[in-house]
Amino acid sequence: MLFNLNINGQARSVEVEAGTPLLWVIRDELKLTGTKFGCGVASCGACTVHLNGSPILSCSFPIDSAAGNNITTIEGLQGEVAETVQLAWREKDVVQCGYCQSGQIMSAVDLLTRNSSPSDSDIDSAMSGNACRCATYVRIRDAIKLASQKLEA
Amino acid sequence: MTIQLSRRDFLKSAAASTVVLVVGLNSKGLLAAGQPDMVINPFVRIDQDGFITVIAKHFEMGQGTTTGLTTLVAEELDADWQTVKVDFAPANAAKYKNLFWGVQGTGGSTAIANSFMQYRTAGAAARELLVRAAAEHWGVDAADITLSNGILAAGSKQGHFGEFVADAARLIPSDNPVLKSPDQFKLIGKRALPRKDSQSKTDGSAIFAIDVAIPGMVYAAIQRSPRFGGKVTSFDSSAAEKLSGFIDAKALPNQAGVVVYAKNTWAAFQARDAIRTEWDNTTAESRSNADMLESLRQLTTNPEYEALSVKRDQAQASITAAAKTVEAEFVFPFLAHAPMEPLNCVIEPTENGVRFHDGCQAPSAVQGNVAHVLGLQTEQVEINTVYAGGSFGRRSTTTSDYQVEAAHAFALLGKKTPVKLVWSREDDIRGGYYRPMTVHSAKIGLDDSGKILGWDHRVATKPIMKGGPWESYAVKDGVDRTSVEGCADTLYQVPEFAVSLGDFKSTIPVLWWRSVGHSHTAYAMESLLDMIAHETQQDPVDMRIGMLDPSDDKQRRMAGVIEAARDLSEWKKGDRRGFAAHFSFNTWVAVVADVSVNGNQVHVDKLYIAVDCGIAVNPDVIKAQMEGGAGYGLGAVLRNEITFTDGEVEQSNFPDYEPLRITDMPAIEVVIVASAEAPSGVGEPATPPTGPAVANAIFAKTGKRITQLPMSKSGLQFV
Repeated sequence: MLFNLNINGQARSVEVEAGTPLLWVIRDELKLTGTKFGCGVASCGACTVHLNGSPILSCSFPIDSAAGNNITTIEGLQGEVAETVQLAWREKDVVQCGYCQSGQIMSAVDLLTRNSSPSDSDIDSAMSGNACRCATYVRIRDAIKLASQKLEA
Repeated sequence: MTIQLSRRDFLKSAAASTVVLVVGLNSKGLLAAGQPDMVINPFVRIDQDGFITVIAKHFEMGQGTTTGLTTLVAEELDADWQTVKVDFAPANAAKYKNLFWGVQGTGGSTAIANSFMQYRTAGAAARELLVRAAAEHWGVDAADITLSNGILAAGSKQGHFGEFVADAARLIPSDNPVLKSPDQFKLIGKRALPRKDSQSKTDGSAIFAIDVAIPGMVYAAIQRSPRFGGKVTSFDSSAAEKLSGFIDAKALPNQAGVVVYAKNTWAAFQARDAIRTEWDNTTAESRSNADMLESLRQLTTNPEYEALSVKRDQAQASITAAAKTVEAEFVFPFLAHAPMEPLNCVIEPTENGVRFHDGCQAPSAVQGNVAHVLGLQTEQVEINTVYAGGSFGRRSTTTSDYQVEAAHAFALLGKKTPVKLVWSREDDIRGGYYRPMTVHSAKIGLDDSGKILGWDHRVATKPIMKGGPWESYAVKDGVDRTSVEGCADTLYQVPEFAVSLGDFKSTIPVLWWRSVGHSHTAYAMESLLDMIAHETQQDPVDMRIGMLDPSDDKQRRMAGVIEAARDLSEWKKGDRRGFAAHFSFNTWVAVVADVSVNGNQVHVDKLYIAVDCGIAVNPDVIKAQMEGGAGYGLGAVLRNEITFTDGEVEQSNFPDYEPLRITDMPAIEVVIVASAEAPSGVGEPATPPTGPAVANAIFAKTGKRITQLPMSKSGLQFV
């Protein structure tokens, strides 16, 4: 089936089976590989993208429901919050293997867009769906707090 | 320093078209210096714009190897950190072997330890050539030239590295370039250098194997036997054939599974799940967990092998005479590594062989195993190493399991079509190569004053090294060292200490899992020490220090980290906290754990970690490895286990193999003990002592001694 997508500000058409998860359209068809496959069952957050500005788990989100909406992946992140978060991630050297970090950043950008001054429990609840097997969580917390400070300043 | 290169010969070359200075060394001294047409072992490239490329012989699974190797070169070169980039080396054991192993590969927390002198020397050799070239060019004495941030200067003259590359490439390098003395270090141990992989891993541009796409490539997924050792007898692909994107399905030549080809990953997974296969389970594992536990327990009643000179009978005799005893049995489950990036690789044809795109942990093994399967010479197997989305040991198997699967899939399709093999998370959780299920059983005899009289320690586990290529290295008198490491070689002074071992037999494949044997031995040993301290009313910290002989270097450094963790955490006698320390991979780590308990709800609040890993090359990377290693160990002991019903794995994905979450993650404070000794590993050593520190803290708070893992089985809820 042909689906029309608006992804990172660009109109794209893809010919895929109905029901194909958005993740695989993004990765295999559009070759935007910053969004990762981790579990396929909406359990790890590696596939987090924004749909009309809100995070969704693209591994479990059918293309049928995504068509016609605005999708943002890590490659298309822009704006003050996104930039601040990415810079904070670098300043704190959060990454280890790095595989989950696109998803972590997508969730953090959403959190700080909604709430530029999150509490520890706000951070925990916004980020608890994003697993990191390297356990970089201490630095994820630190980077979100640093970004928050910068956004509040 | 423990790392000695027998002879250092330096070579460089200038390519004909573009001038690039390439510096390397031949650690075997097989080739003399001054043969500029021969480029061997290149670790450093400098181009005419002054940009430096460090060639990393180790892959990057997150532990910071690329940053570490770059630091060593940049230090000796006084390079501008911003102008140094890093590339992964091709597969070539002669040039890029791990100096501790003799083959190319990463693991055992050896990357910086084995490369420390090699990469510094490569940097120093490049420096010497540039300085000599500048000295000739400017007509000044080489001694009058200074280097800083990639700029050479003498008096009023200055220039960047690139300006002297052409001249430097014509010089004959000396055999022994002068290395900096530690007091001259500007980068090593001095400040937090930004990780080399930080930018690309925060903007989505970092390439992992799963991101590689080759024109014409097909996607493959494999249906493997639900029981380890099962063989395909027949399969029915009719349902799969009806699915869009399905290409073909073929049984693997060893009948271990059915490979399904499709036009994209999703179609491959869908079609794979639609295949109906009949399995011959004659030689497959078909036991359930309780049966396997019973077998392991049985093995501890009369273990076959003795690991130490003190035998079990002798330890038992000492215990018989004891005033009191401490006894415990510990049960450790099978564990999956579950790196975030599921296993995958791409194989494509080349003119005379194949090329892999892989987060490749063991290039030499992959070359050998794949060459064997495809009837090639090892050098016909090229490897393009890319970032690995975690490993924790899983990407390195002696059988090169997933790369060999990909090679079979490629061959079955006619060896012309590029194939990307992707494992799903279910494949990963159910795919074996686990940390083996293990039972420890110990009985310790104490006199009235609390002194240990004898210690009878028994271990039952499936050996990791037996029957594999490392057997001669790791197995002596029947004892697989990796089954008892961290126990039989404990640094504590234990009189009449006997360690015996029984080998569990199963077709379930087992593997090194971050910290290997230490992943269970540290838990048993450090829990037992805590039990002794409690039984004899001693402070667990003081007691441990009292069991170490300061005249022995290793034991002195153990006491050093114990004291450092004590001081960092402001530990006081009588504190209801947990303490554990462990020596692994030539690194010493001590952990103090603070937990809070509310009814049966437990939260790990904070870990204080002290580490002695010799010279701290990148202190911030070391700190990150203490955080990550501790978190990895914590996640496993809290909730993770792989269990079996009739030989089939019960877990399938993260919902029932729950990873540590941010809500579980304690605050962590790290202190690195100052040291002038050779650097040692940091990727693994924080994992072993974390579990027992938490267990000992739970005991201190609740009186509950957790001896069966995961802890979630003990009725506690971790919140």
